[in-house]
Amino acid sequence: MSLFDKHAIFEKNSILLTVGILVVVAIGGLVEIVPLFYLKSTIETVEGIRPYTPLELAGRNIYVREGCYLCHSQMVRPMRDEIERYGHFSLAAESQYDKPFQWGSKRTGPDLARVGGKYSDEWHVAHLIDPRQVVPASIMPGYPFLTSELKADRIADDLKVLQIEGVPYTTEHVENARLDLHAQLNPDGDVEAFLARYPKAVVRDFDGDPSKVTEMDALVAYLQHLGTFVDFKVYDDKANLR
Amino acid sequence: MSLEEGAYVAFLGLLSFVCLLIAGKAVDPVMGFHAFLGAVFSAGGVFLIVKSHLDDQGEVAPQEIDGKPNYNFGPVKFGTIAALVWGIAGFLVGVIIATQLAYPALNLDLPWTTFGRLRPLHTSAVIFAFGGNVLLATSFYVVQRTCRARMPGKVTPWFIILGYNAFIVIAGTGYLFGATQGKEYAEPEWYADLWLTIVWVVYLFAFLATLWKRKEPHIYVANWFYLAFIVTIAMLHLVNNATIPVSVFGIKSYIVWSGVQDAMVQWWYGHNAVGFFLTAGFLAIMYYFVPKQAGRPVYSYRLSIVHFWALIFLYIWAGPHHLHYTALPEWASTLGMTFSIILWMPSWGGMINGLMTLSGAWDKLRTDPVLRMMVVSIAFYGMSTFEGPLMSVKAVNSLSHYTDWTIGHVHSGALGWVAYISFGAIYCLVPWLWNRKQLYSLKLVDWHFWVSTLGIVLYISAMWVAGIMQGLMWRAYTELGFLQYSFIETVEAMHPYYLIRALGGVLFLLGSLVMAYNIYMTIRFGEAEEAAAGRVALAPAE
Repeated sequence: MSLFDKHAIFEKNSILLTVGILVVVAIGGLVEIVPLFYLKSTIETVEGIRPYTPLELAGRNIYVREGCYLCHSQMVRPMRDEIERYGHFSLAAESQYDKPFQWGSKRTGPDLARVGGKYSDEWHVAHLIDPRQVVPASIMPGYPFLTSELKADRIADDLKVLQIEGVPYTTEHVENARLDLHAQLNPDGDVEAFLARYPKAVVRDFDGDPSKVTEMDALVAYLQHLGTFVDFKVYDDKANLR
Repeated sequence: MSLEEGAYVAFLGLLSFVCLLIAGKAVDPVMGFHAFLGAVFSAGGVFLIVKSHLDDQGEVAPQEIDGKPNYNFGPVKFGTIAALVWGIAGFLVGVIIATQLAYPALNLDLPWTTFGRLRPLHTSAVIFAFGGNVLLATSFYVVQRTCRARMPGKVTPWFIILGYNAFIVIAGTGYLFGATQGKEYAEPEWYADLWLTIVWVVYLFAFLATLWKRKEPHIYVANWFYLAFIVTIAMLHLVNNATIPVSVFGIKSYIVWSGVQDAMVQWWYGHNAVGFFLTAGFLAIMYYFVPKQAGRPVYSYRLSIVHFWALIFLYIWAGPHHLHYTALPEWASTLGMTFSIILWMPSWGGMINGLMTLSGAWDKLRTDPVLRMMVVSIAFYGMSTFEGPLMSVKAVNSLSHYTDWTIGHVHSGALGWVAYISFGAIYCLVPWLWNRKQLYSLKLVDWHFWVSTLGIVLYISAMWVAGIMQGLMWRAYTELGFLQYSFIETVEAMHPYYLIRALGGVLFLLGSLVMAYNIYMTIRFGEAEEAAAGRVALAPAE
């Protein structure tokens, strides 16, 4: 009786076949995914990473909503040309609070992992409204509708959910979320408490129109922080060799 | 009213009420719209169940008529037509976004017409709407035929196919309004995912229940693949969509995974959406429709056993090749690459099993354009499953990743393999389901074949050239050691290839319109087959 004849066991019993399939397809995922949660080397130990400010989070949600990740990656690979073009290669630590991750899979446009601080706010606003105004050969869609008002009354609920999911927001962060969102846009206001909660966050009006809080404010705040958390002048990559 | 009907009426009635409640308290307009849609759909379901009950006076459809199984083909017909309609819609959106890349003004700068929102609409329409309906329709057909038993349940098969299409409508409109999880091929938000889970569990149960009724001692090989597709998609869907909604009255949710772990979970899902949705399910189609159309048994029973277990075991490991050189740990990346290369073997085993089924029937390629379409699809399957392992090699991937080469690779598989085997299956199914002697016109099938093949060739060759060029330009250095090209120069260089690609897409779309006309004419004006000339059921694999 050859081994192949034994296969009739599966062919004659649908439950055995189903269980067999489940066991066989579960193995690969278990081996590749589970260790990422307990191997300490998965995420580097590094100074400077903090959760998003409420404004940056709102901006990130717009980035996700508009599907920016379909054309822009946020993952600099450790190759000479990429490091020269975009900056230091991306660390796992830099996206450790990203839900969902936005590493992307396609560069129809350039990588954005380190776009923060490279261009002025004015450039970003002009570019988002009409990309060809500043980059004539660009094929990016225009987003003039981002100048509409930001709807973020419930941003505290967002922080609350993220806190439940393990992002290190404290109750203080959650309770002050709405205030903090506005505080980040107003350098003349009381920013001390905000900066205590979100060290080194940038406080300014991002879209050039202090009279209202727009989606543009949030998105530009998000873009301007990208890749700026880690100071690579003092970062020791040898310490995180794996 | 039977217990089954009563249970569905109660469930859908309750759901309709809950949806109305959510619509009333919705915190964002998209949720308001979707909850309202949900209420209308579920109320519509209740109406249809009650109406059909009143129409047939509670009479149960006979299991057999004149000693032959009385198959339930209504839902199969619906799925076949839905696949055609969604397919054309999906190809059209593909052509639109391809053209947007060549002429950005076509984005119109409105929220719901930008590339970022239309791209998920395209991918979901072709994969889940077109592909999904093909899989549902053919699986219902094949499992009944090869078990020689009627699918159990009166409402259940309809609940699955209509419920699945309701999911498509909710997901698709959601993309346009900006409801997305931001994970490729898993964009639908939490409530759509939840609904799909319910439909999918019922699907698994109905599929198994049909197997339990089988009059054949063995489960036919096509059904192993369908079962693997259903079970694995359920597993992937549940893990990759583990989210917590911010509010049950709003669309926004946050995924429980984050950063590098989320990336790994996502591509474990993403690659196996390819492996189990677009491969295992369509291999099931191959294992039924190719032998049927060629009039030959499957080439090798033993090869199909090896093919089956090796393919489903190995595919699951391949995900990390989407994350080479990223912040994913090297060990995971290497595992992904290794298994991707090994995967080449079962893939080609399947291809050989499909192609060799034509042994002794190769002459039919000259006369039967439907069979030709399916054979070419298997050839494309072989080509993409060679290209895939090649691109998963880290050195190749360092060039190909992030470029349009990936897009070309995906489309050689999606257009050449998935769409062609689907077209072949639909061309077979329509005369069988509507009891027609033959298709309206084989000449038009020929036209469909050649026009869309030309389209595919234009598409993939343009993307190969463009992708490799793009990758080389990004890493090009001048003699003095500076990067030679700014990013925008690489974008400009893509323009002609984007045009060729869009032209390829247009040809593929035209081909599908020819098909739609042919199918319409077959159903509407085709000559009825005489009742006596019933087809014999396929012999089980031994």
